[in-house]
Amino acid sequence: MTDALVPILAATLAAGTPLVFAALGELVVEKSGVLNLGVEGMMLCGALAGFAATVASGSAAVGALAGLAAGAAAALVFALLTLTLQANQVAAGLALSIFGVGLSAFAGKPFESVALPAPQPFALPALADLPLVGPVLFAQPPLVYLSWALFGLVSWFLYRTRPGLVLRAVGESPAVAHAIGYPVIGIRYLATLFGGAMAGVGGAYLSVSYTPMWAENMTAGRGWIALALVVFATWRPGRVLAGAYLFGGVTIAQFFAQGAGAAVASQLLSSLPYLATIGVLVLISRNPNVIRLNAPVSLGQSYHPDA
Amino acid sequence: MSTRKWGAALIGAAALAVAGLAPAAQPLKIGFVYVSPVGDAGWTYQHDLARRALEKQYGDKIVTKYVENVPEGADAERVIRELAASGHELVFTTSFGYMNPTIKVAKSFPKVLFEHATGYKRAKNVGTYNARFYEGRYLAGIVAGKMSKSGTAGYVAAFPIPEVLQGINAFTRGMRSVNPKAQVRVVWVNSWYDPGREREAAMALISQGADVLMQHTDSTAPVQAAEEKGVYAIGYHSDMSKYGPKAHLTASTHDWTGFYGKLVGEALAGKAQPTNIWGGIRDGMVKMAPYNPAVPQDVRDLVAKAAADIAAGRLHPFGGPVKDQGGKERVPAGKFMPDDQLAVMDYYVEGVQGQLPKK
Amino acid sequence: MRYLSPLLAAALTILVGYALFSALGRDPLAALHAFFVRPVSTANGVAELLLKASPLMMIATGLALGFRANVWNIGAEGQLILGAICGGGVALHLEGAASGWGLALMVVAGALGGMAWAAIPAFLRTRFNASEILTSLMLTYVAALLLSYLVHGPWRDPQGFNFPQSRMFDDALLFPLLVEGTRLNASFLLALAVVAAGWVFVHKSFLGYQMRVAGLADAAARYAGFSATRTVWIGMLAGGGAAGLAGLAEVAGPIGQLTPSISPGYGFAAIIVAFVGRLNPVGCALASLLMSLLYLGGEQAQMELRLPAAITGLFQGMLLFFLLGADVLINFRVRALRRAGPAAASAGQAA
Repeated sequence: MTDALVPILAATLAAGTPLVFAALGELVVEKSGVLNLGVEGMMLCGALAGFAATVASGSAAVGALAGLAAGAAAALVFALLTLTLQANQVAAGLALSIFGVGLSAFAGKPFESVALPAPQPFALPALADLPLVGPVLFAQPPLVYLSWALFGLVSWFLYRTRPGLVLRAVGESPAVAHAIGYPVIGIRYLATLFGGAMAGVGGAYLSVSYTPMWAENMTAGRGWIALALVVFATWRPGRVLAGAYLFGGVTIAQFFAQGAGAAVASQLLSSLPYLATIGVLVLISRNPNVIRLNAPVSLGQSYHPDA
Repeated sequence: MSTRKWGAALIGAAALAVAGLAPAAQPLKIGFVYVSPVGDAGWTYQHDLARRALEKQYGDKIVTKYVENVPEGADAERVIRELAASGHELVFTTSFGYMNPTIKVAKSFPKVLFEHATGYKRAKNVGTYNARFYEGRYLAGIVAGKMSKSGTAGYVAAFPIPEVLQGINAFTRGMRSVNPKAQVRVVWVNSWYDPGREREAAMALISQGADVLMQHTDSTAPVQAAEEKGVYAIGYHSDMSKYGPKAHLTASTHDWTGFYGKLVGEALAGKAQPTNIWGGIRDGMVKMAPYNPAVPQDVRDLVAKAAADIAAGRLHPFGGPVKDQGGKERVPAGKFMPDDQLAVMDYYVEGVQGQLPKK
Repeated sequence: MRYLSPLLAAALTILVGYALFSALGRDPLAALHAFFVRPVSTANGVAELLLKASPLMMIATGLALGFRANVWNIGAEGQLILGAICGGGVALHLEGAASGWGLALMVVAGALGGMAWAAIPAFLRTRFNASEILTSLMLTYVAALLLSYLVHGPWRDPQGFNFPQSRMFDDALLFPLLVEGTRLNASFLLALAVVAAGWVFVHKSFLGYQMRVAGLADAAARYAGFSATRTVWIGMLAGGGAAGLAGLAEVAGPIGQLTPSISPGYGFAAIIVAFVGRLNPVGCALASLLMSLLYLGGEQAQMELRLPAAITGLFQGMLLFFLLGADVLINFRVRALRRAGPAAASAGQAA
C-alpha cells in the first residue's frame, strides 16, 4: 500500500511546487491590496531567464536566482504602471501576461535546442530514510525544500511580524495606513516585486528542475491556476500550500488511475479545480464578515496618497 | 554562451535573408503553414527540417517561406490565402485543422498546388499526404518488448483519435510479437503539448512498473522523465536522444524530406500533380532514429528484418488475427486490416491495459 | 485630449519596434513597412483586417460598458466559446431544415449563450458578492473544456474519421459574404451595429448615464438611487452577449463548424482593445482595427523577415503598457478621477 502511495505523493509535491511559489508570491501581493494578473507572464520570464542562466553557468542555483530576478523585473514594469502611474491593475496585469508570453518566446529562440541534464533529487541525509515520509518529503529537488521555507517565511512574516501587520493594513485600508504614516506605495512596490520574484522562481523550477528545457509557453497556464489558488485558499498561506498540492494532486491521481486502468472523464475532472475555486469564492464571499476576515478589502484598487 | 548563441542565430538568420534575395530566374516560391512554433523537436520541427533540406537541395531555384504558430481557426485560411496570393505556387499546410481552410482557399487559386498533411479531403489542386506512423510504432514496440524487463510499457498519449490509437495498438502488437505477455499502460494527457503534464503522466507510468516509455505528444518531457528515473524511453516525431542520453533507445520519426524533395522537383519541371499518399517505411517517410548503444545487435537485426518485411508487404502491423481488448476478432488470420478500417480505429487491441475514455 | 495617449502609445510602440528591428540587424523601415503597411496594401488585406477586427470590436464595446461601471468581466473568452457552442448547436440541429430564419436563430442563440455564461458571475456577484474578475476567469477554462468535450464526443462529425470537430454547417447557415472574393461577411455589419448600439446606450440613454456615474463615483450613484445590482447585471450581460455574438460570428463565418479551438484569445485581446479605445464604443472600433493590424502584421513579419510569431504578443503587450503609461503624462485629471478606481474583486463593499 505504502509502496503505491509513495510515488503518488512524491509526484504530487513536485507538481504542486511551481504553484506554491507563484501563489505564495501572489498572496503577498494581494494582501497588500494589489491584484497582479500577470503571473503567467512573469513565470515564463523567470523560466527563460532561469534556463538561460543555468545553461551559461552550469549551476541550477544561479538559474533560480536569475528566474527570481527576471520575475521581479517583469513585476517592476507592472508596479511602475499601476503604483506610480496609477494605471488600472486588471489591464496592466493582462498586458503583462501577453507581453511576458511574447517576450519569453521571442528572446528564448536560441535556447530551444539546448538540453540540460536531468537533475537528481537532493535526498536529505537520515530524513530520506524514514519510512513513507522519507521518500515522499525528503528526496525532492532542492527548490521543493525552498518552497517550504518560503511558506514558513510568508506565514511568519504576515502574521508574526510588525512589517507583516503593516502590509496587511495597507491591503485592508490604504488610506488609514497612510494616515498613520506608512509609505503605502513603497510597501506595495515591495510586495509586488516579491510576488514577481516568486513567480519567476516558480517558472525557473519548471525550466531548470521539473522539465529541464526551454520551450515556448511551457508553463501552459499554471500562472492562471496560481491566481485561482490564492482565492481558493482564501488568502491563507497554509491553505495555499494545501491547495497547491490538491490542484497538483488531482492531475497526478487522475494519471495514476488511468495507468492502473480506470476510464476517467478527463474534461470534467480537469474543470474541477476551477469549479471548486468558484465554489469556495461564493462560500467565503456571501458573508461580509467572512470575506472581511479573508480577502484584502482594497484588492485591485489604486491608491494615491495626495489626492 | 548565451551571447554567442544569439550571435549565431542572427548570423544564421541574416544568411537566410541573403539567400532569399539571391537573384534567380523566377525561383519557385513554396509556402509552409505550421501549427506550432518550430522549436527543436516535434511535429512542426520535422516539417521544417524537410523545408531546410529543400533549400539545400534546390538552392536558388526555390524560395521557401513559413508561418509558424498559426491557430487552427479563422486565421489559418488567411495565412494560406496570403501565401497563395503572394505568388507561392506550392503550399504545404501541415496540420489536420487546416483541412477545410485549405479546400476553401484552393477554390480561388486553381493554379496553385496545395498539399495538406493528415487530412482526408482532396480537390483538383489539393493533395493529401500522411505517413503510416503506426509502422514505426510497431518497430518501436519490438525494441520495447526486447528491452523491457518488466514486460510493461507506458504510453503518454494526447487525444483518443484514430491516428493515436493506431500508434498505441501497433506499438502493443510490436511489443507482443517478441513478448506475448507484454502489457501497455496508457495515460491520456488531453493536450498535444504540455511539458509538465507529460512529465507527470510519465512519472505515473514509471511508478506503475513501466520501464519503457513511448509518447504521442510533442515535448521531450517524457524522455527526460525516463532519464531521471533510470528507465528507457522511445522518442516520437524527432530524435530526442539529446534529452535522454541513457534513456533514449531510439525514436519513431517521420521524414518528409524525400516527399517534399520529389514533389518540388516535379513542380520545377512543371509536372506536379496533387498527391494522395499514405506513405510508410517503404517510402522513407517513417524511420527509426539512431540506436542507443544499449540496444544489442540482435534487437537491431530483428527490427531491421521487420522493417524490411513491412516495406516488402510481407508483414503488416495489423495482420490478422487482430483481436481487440474484449477478445472480438477485428481482422481474421491471413488478412491485413484495410486502410478504411485503420482510418476509423476506435478501440484498444489485446495487451493494452485499461479502458478507452468513453465520450 | 483623451485620444492623444493612444496615439502617443502607438508612436512609442513603433519607436521601440524600430529600435528592436535595428538591434536584430534588420532594416527597420522595411520591417515596419511589413508590419504595419503590407497587411493593408491590398483590398483583400483590408477585408481581412475588418474581418479580424469584427469580433474584437464587438467584445470590446460590450466589455467597455461594464468597465465604465467598474464591472470587471474578464471572462469574455469563455462567453465567446459559449456563444459559439449555442449558436453552433442550433446550426447542427437545423441541418437539412435550413432556411432564412436559421441564421437569425443562431445569432439569437449565440448572444443568449454568451449572456447565460456571463450571468453566472453576475448572479454570484450580486447574490453572494463573489468577485466577478475571478469567477468569470475561472468559467473561461470550464467553457473551453465543455467545447472540447462536445467536439470530442456527442457533436463529433460521424463522417469525420473520429477527428474532434463537428460537421460543417450548411452554407445557408453561414453569414453571407459582403465582398465576393474576400472573406468579409455580414458579421462585420453586426459588429458595426453593436458599436452603434453601444454608442447610443452610453451617450443617449439615461441608463448609460447611470452606469457612467456608477463608475465614476460609487457613492454618488447610490445616493442618486441608482441600483448597483442592475449596473452589474447590465455590465456583465452586455459583455457576455457581445462575446457570444462574436463567437457565433466566428463559427458561422470563417470557420463554418465547431472545432476544439475557435478563438485565438479574442476575449482577452478585447480587454486591451477596450482600454486602448478609451472604453468608448467608437474608440473600441478604432482600437480593434489597430489590434487586428498587429495580428496581421505579425504574420507578414514572419513571411517577409522570418521573425518569430511571438513578436505579435510583444507588440500588443507593449502597446498597452505605453498606453497605460501615456495616460498619466497626458492627462492628470482623468487619472485623479479614475483613482476612485475599480471597485474590484471580492473587496466586500457591502456596507
